[in-house]
Amino acid sequence: MISLTINGQKVEVEPGTTILQAAEKLGVFIPSFCYDPDLTLVGACRMCVVEVERARNLIASCCTPAGEGMVVHTDTERVHEARRANLNLLLANHPLDCLTCEKTGNCRLQDYCYLYGISETDFSGERKDYGFDDSNPFFIRDMNKCILCGLCVRTCHEINGVGAVGFMNRGFDTKVSAAFDDPLEDSPCVFCGMCVDVCPVGALVPKQSVGKGRPWELATVKTVCPYCGTGCGLELSVKDNEIVGVKGDTSSPVNRGQTCVKGRFGLGFLQSPERLTSPLIRKNGELVESSWEEALNLVAQKLRRTRSTELAGLASARATNEENYLFQKLLRTLGTNNIDHCARL
Amino acid sequence: MIGSNTTETHPVIGYRIKMAKNKGASLIVADPRRIDLVDYADVFLQLRPGTNEALLNGIIHVIIKEGLADKKFIREKTEGYIQMSLAIQKYTPEYVERITGVSAAKIRHAARLYAGAESAAILYTMGLTQHIKGTNSVLAVANLAMVSGNIGKPHSGVNPLRGQNNVQGACDMGALPNVLTGYQRVEDRGVLSKFRRAWGTKLNSKPGLTVTEIIDGILRDEIKTLYVMGENPALSDANLHHVLEALEKIDFLVVQDIFLTETAFYADVVLPAAAFAEKQGTFTNTERRVQMVRQAVTPPGKAKPDWFILQELAAKLNLNWSFDTPEKIFREIASVTPDYAGITYERLEKEGGLQWPCPTEKHPGTSYLHKGKFSRGKGLFTPVEYRPSAEEPDEQYPLILTTGRTLFHYHTGTMTRRSDSIDVHKPEEMVQISIDDAARLGINEGDMVGVTSRRGHVTARATVTEQVPAGVVFMTFHFHEAAANLLTINEVDPVAKIPEFKVCAVKVEKIEA
Amino acid sequence: MYERHILICAGTGCISSGTISVKDALENELKKHNLQDKVRIILSGCHGFCEKGPIFIVYPEDIFYCEVQAEDVPELVEEYLIKGNVVERLLYKDPTTDMAITSHDEIPFYSRQKRQVLRNCGVIDPESIDEYIIRGGYVGLENALKMDRMGIINEVKSSGLRGRGGAGFPTGMKWEFAYRSPGDKKYVVCNADEGDPGAFMDRSVLEGDPHAVLEGLIIAGLAIGSDEAYIYVRAEYPLAIQRLKTAITQAEEYGVLGENILNSGANFKINIKEGAGAFVCGEETALLASIEGERGMPRPRPPFPAVKGLWEKPTCINNVETLANIPLILRKGAAWYSTVGTESSKGTKIFALTGKVNNTGLCEVPMGISLREIVFDIGGGIRDGKKYKAVQIGGPSGGCIPEDLLDLPVDFDSLTAAGAMMGSGGMVVMDEDTCMVDLARYFLSFTQSESCGKCTPCREGTKRMLEILQRITKGKGEPEDIPRLEQLAAAVKDSSLCGLGQTAPNPVLTTLRYFRDEYEAHIFDRRCPAGVCKELLSYYIDSELCTGCRACVRVCPTDAISGERKEPHTIDETKCISCGACFDRCRFDAVKTK
Repeated sequence: MISLTINGQKVEVEPGTTILQAAEKLGVFIPSFCYDPDLTLVGACRMCVVEVERARNLIASCCTPAGEGMVVHTDTERVHEARRANLNLLLANHPLDCLTCEKTGNCRLQDYCYLYGISETDFSGERKDYGFDDSNPFFIRDMNKCILCGLCVRTCHEINGVGAVGFMNRGFDTKVSAAFDDPLEDSPCVFCGMCVDVCPVGALVPKQSVGKGRPWELATVKTVCPYCGTGCGLELSVKDNEIVGVKGDTSSPVNRGQTCVKGRFGLGFLQSPERLTSPLIRKNGELVESSWEEALNLVAQKLRRTRSTELAGLASARATNEENYLFQKLLRTLGTNNIDHCARL
Repeated sequence: MIGSNTTETHPVIGYRIKMAKNKGASLIVADPRRIDLVDYADVFLQLRPGTNEALLNGIIHVIIKEGLADKKFIREKTEGYIQMSLAIQKYTPEYVERITGVSAAKIRHAARLYAGAESAAILYTMGLTQHIKGTNSVLAVANLAMVSGNIGKPHSGVNPLRGQNNVQGACDMGALPNVLTGYQRVEDRGVLSKFRRAWGTKLNSKPGLTVTEIIDGILRDEIKTLYVMGENPALSDANLHHVLEALEKIDFLVVQDIFLTETAFYADVVLPAAAFAEKQGTFTNTERRVQMVRQAVTPPGKAKPDWFILQELAAKLNLNWSFDTPEKIFREIASVTPDYAGITYERLEKEGGLQWPCPTEKHPGTSYLHKGKFSRGKGLFTPVEYRPSAEEPDEQYPLILTTGRTLFHYHTGTMTRRSDSIDVHKPEEMVQISIDDAARLGINEGDMVGVTSRRGHVTARATVTEQVPAGVVFMTFHFHEAAANLLTINEVDPVAKIPEFKVCAVKVEKIEA
Repeated sequence: MYERHILICAGTGCISSGTISVKDALENELKKHNLQDKVRIILSGCHGFCEKGPIFIVYPEDIFYCEVQAEDVPELVEEYLIKGNVVERLLYKDPTTDMAITSHDEIPFYSRQKRQVLRNCGVIDPESIDEYIIRGGYVGLENALKMDRMGIINEVKSSGLRGRGGAGFPTGMKWEFAYRSPGDKKYVVCNADEGDPGAFMDRSVLEGDPHAVLEGLIIAGLAIGSDEAYIYVRAEYPLAIQRLKTAITQAEEYGVLGENILNSGANFKINIKEGAGAFVCGEETALLASIEGERGMPRPRPPFPAVKGLWEKPTCINNVETLANIPLILRKGAAWYSTVGTESSKGTKIFALTGKVNNTGLCEVPMGISLREIVFDIGGGIRDGKKYKAVQIGGPSGGCIPEDLLDLPVDFDSLTAAGAMMGSGGMVVMDEDTCMVDLARYFLSFTQSESCGKCTPCREGTKRMLEILQRITKGKGEPEDIPRLEQLAAAVKDSSLCGLGQTAPNPVLTTLRYFRDEYEAHIFDRRCPAGVCKELLSYYIDSELCTGCRACVRVCPTDAISGERKEPHTIDETKCISCGACFDRCRFDAVKTK
């Protein structure tokens, strides 16, 4: 075990623990944009800098391992000054359209500016002026809002593996882009949406959520994806009986927040106008709307009249356990084992 | 990985494979197509479609021949090894190379890599099973895992990746002709009497018909009434003409679904169901993890959850059911299903998912099976012989059609085709054809082509790709406009009754604009 | 037997000044006079005195001809080689005394130097391993092979050698870290990504004495237990790359490189990796990323490369000049080596001396020499009799040293204390005509465009500092700009990820420290004291000199000049936009600036 002091409090941690993690253990908050414990630690955003006694410069706490006897200060004027300068610089190159920005209320740049009381930037000068990339039907890329934390790039390379985006250019012109700055639609991107989930600002916004509600207006429902058998946990955002957002559930042991395009962007079918909304009965060769009473009576009557050997049912690999259970129970109660589903397909 | 295009069909599992690879794991990919994971593979075994069991036998042969087998494991935990090893003798890598087209050197390399690993897992999906010898291939996989002792310990085993959100659960719940919940056999008197008591009703001890047999039964006038809950056999089943004929013919068809599916067109009664986010319940995933499904929104119009409809119907049938919540149903499931006995909604809310077997409320669930000893006692080796697919290519139909899924769509497209953003992104079928075949047939990227088998004909756009080898074309079954299953063959595996979706003979022609 | 050897410098500088045509002409002339068997032509490495190239030295007499062109060759052959008359017009002339000097030892540029690392440069044929060996080459390696690993490391440690790439970290300690890091595979990397504008000592060493670098690398490999090295050299150095490749082939043929070096059982392989010339790739972790095929972006340290470097293996990274010191230390011993230099900085340092001095070029000086000696003795003082203002040391990461610090001893610690840094050894001398604000602006524009873009303070901070400096030089500076600059510079320095960002503010901070008055003049008086910042100049006409020719009136775009023909004109300052057209047009130097 390694013992160190943070803001005068002693803490013991396993070797390899970062200063930031040690601080978390003490409940000491350290802001950061680019830190994600599931990804390579890059120390890029420099928001997490802290003062370590006897170190020449400020130290990025997210990627620096705690050392024996280290004396760390997270709350000095020097630290705050660096963070304020950092936010000031980011703000100097970031649209201040929080009133209409989708990310408002859920934006780390906004949160930290609030924390440090930075309402406007000290610097006038050039700002990024890139076009909008809304080439794909899933999400909007507004690189003017990008703060280059690189979380999307690392997620794309390290978790998804396709590596569709990377950094291009240098200095002020540095930009996250697909190869040759092509629109994402023409890149190897598979639209898993995980970059959207990790973006700390409003640079990546799912189209399905635009204008659909502020974070504080949304209810969150945790459930399981209806597609393949992996069983990923999803978090649905709901407002006014409509699903207006989907994210991977980071607390799910199955997917730990990871998603693919189907779970992330493929739930539009719920609101499809083609949904069945009424029982239908075939009359004179046409399916016409009926009441539940009429439809169920008809089915019950037919079921009663069919001999059990001439009855069969197909259950569903899409329906719940409870429903499949009741379905086979119903058919078996009616005397047949002719029950199957598409497990083989 | 064998017969699994994981990055497209199970993307999140695909991420894990790639992450494991980046952490230093070795990866063997066996697939007829040059799928994305091949870029990460240490060995790529590009076998001819329909030769899985020969390839697996070849690998087992090398493991035994080179002394890489786990003799202690075989001696203590298995039976039938001798018969299996005798059967395997002729599957030398050179012999297997002639069948599969995979070089003997690669077979040896793969065998050494797999058997040499501290722990090794086999992952497979329908590329292995959707053949008339699918059962044999699965047995061959089991032989391979047992011969190297890779079963019953963490990070190993035989792992079929289940294709649908709750296909595991549907099987667990006894939505199968031969078993009740938790794989309790209908012929078993003890089982049957337990259920008779629990349900207070008489039960049939004769196993029922499978999907394919039901379709045949309709055509033979033996099945008169069919109740379909959330399935779409009119697009998903092999040799669709045959299926459509049956749906046309049946006396009375009830379809309960969220959309007016291709199957519902034939229905006499259509019942509107609630979708997953509109109801409560549980799904069981591919690792046997039972997880809570929660309601986020209300169903549209008069649509109702399937369980609610079934309860209402039971009432009409004067059955003495009183399920007013999914939880109540689950309690009954747990009471009749030993593997689910320890699972409750309360635990699922508190602990997240639980992996069965979970026999008691104190049991933490089971992350992998066959720990210590096999569930059946001893692991059984079964000799497996290679036999060819039902329909091999010939002069008239010179290409092999193999079918599957893509990343952007799902199954018969009922949901993804109706999710705008996805359908905008990938609106149509793209028949994959090799560069060689395309050149020979004068087909360019994006050309319309006709694909014809002895059973049917479809048209779709072609994509010319390195993913498929010469002699093979690939289609999905997502698109009703170009339903691949009009072409596939309804030959089935004798045991599992699984259709041979992965191999049939076709010809491809360019359609001049 | 040859009677004479003629060394023609074939460094990059001299080649661009005409070495190849001089050599061709010389071959022709020698043939014409049937001297080809008596005079041997050797194309040597850089002599350092690039300004006077092509350099042409005749041995054994050691006659130093400079700025020789092809058309001078017939005269040199005829007059000197045949008749023995020194061609005085091609000799070097002392700028202060205007005396011609024949021998290169007597030229002040050389006489004040201590050429240890450059001992072979300009003397041997860099494409001949034999010439390297004759001058003691690979003896250091032989000695090292007789020692154990810690023995070699201790020798380097006690020599006091510190890294010549910038930060001056003790080389022996670096080696020891890599040696003590557990690992089955280790790498040695030579950083030849010389990126400071105007610095070219690494290139000259690679071109002039490539074997010294190879020998240093092999010894480093022996010391830390590595069998493979990479030389990361910028692709803009084609000659250096070619000479390195030749040297590697020769070294392998001679058994000092490759399998079983000198029958010791040790193996060593050297790969060359060409970099695309990004300044940030001189930063060691960015350099490693670039070798691995990734975008050249620095990674956080720890883990240090000595623990997890190239492909996550323990890696020791040294710069070219550092490695070129190693053979000397192992050949002559740490005790000998440490006699040169100061307490904390041992040995010599090579500087690329450029700017407003009379003698520009490469010079190798003992540590501890004063700046004054470098500028005024070796450099021959300021050109055109102008006044010294400052010297920028350490390139864009360094700082400027004003006149009152000219007697500062040149070593790692004094330079850092003065706000500059040793850097890789760029030394730009500035005279009274240099605007220090403009200088800071220039270096900031360099670091901003070379910032990798990874961390916020460097990417965004250098941009805003640059914009403020641009504003000031355009006469639009605000009084708050100075504190704003100081604050921002401190934040960028304190919180940037890598050395590039941490040192980028140095030119601003040192100019602010030593030349604050120039900033204030720009901001408060709207005046550029050095007369550089165009927008800040105001023009007037000297009535004594003006002939009233009206030429300036015709070119003025704003009709700001008025006056009768043949009478002195005047400029209306309210209309003048300081475009300078009149200044350029006037044939009588009557238009003046203030």
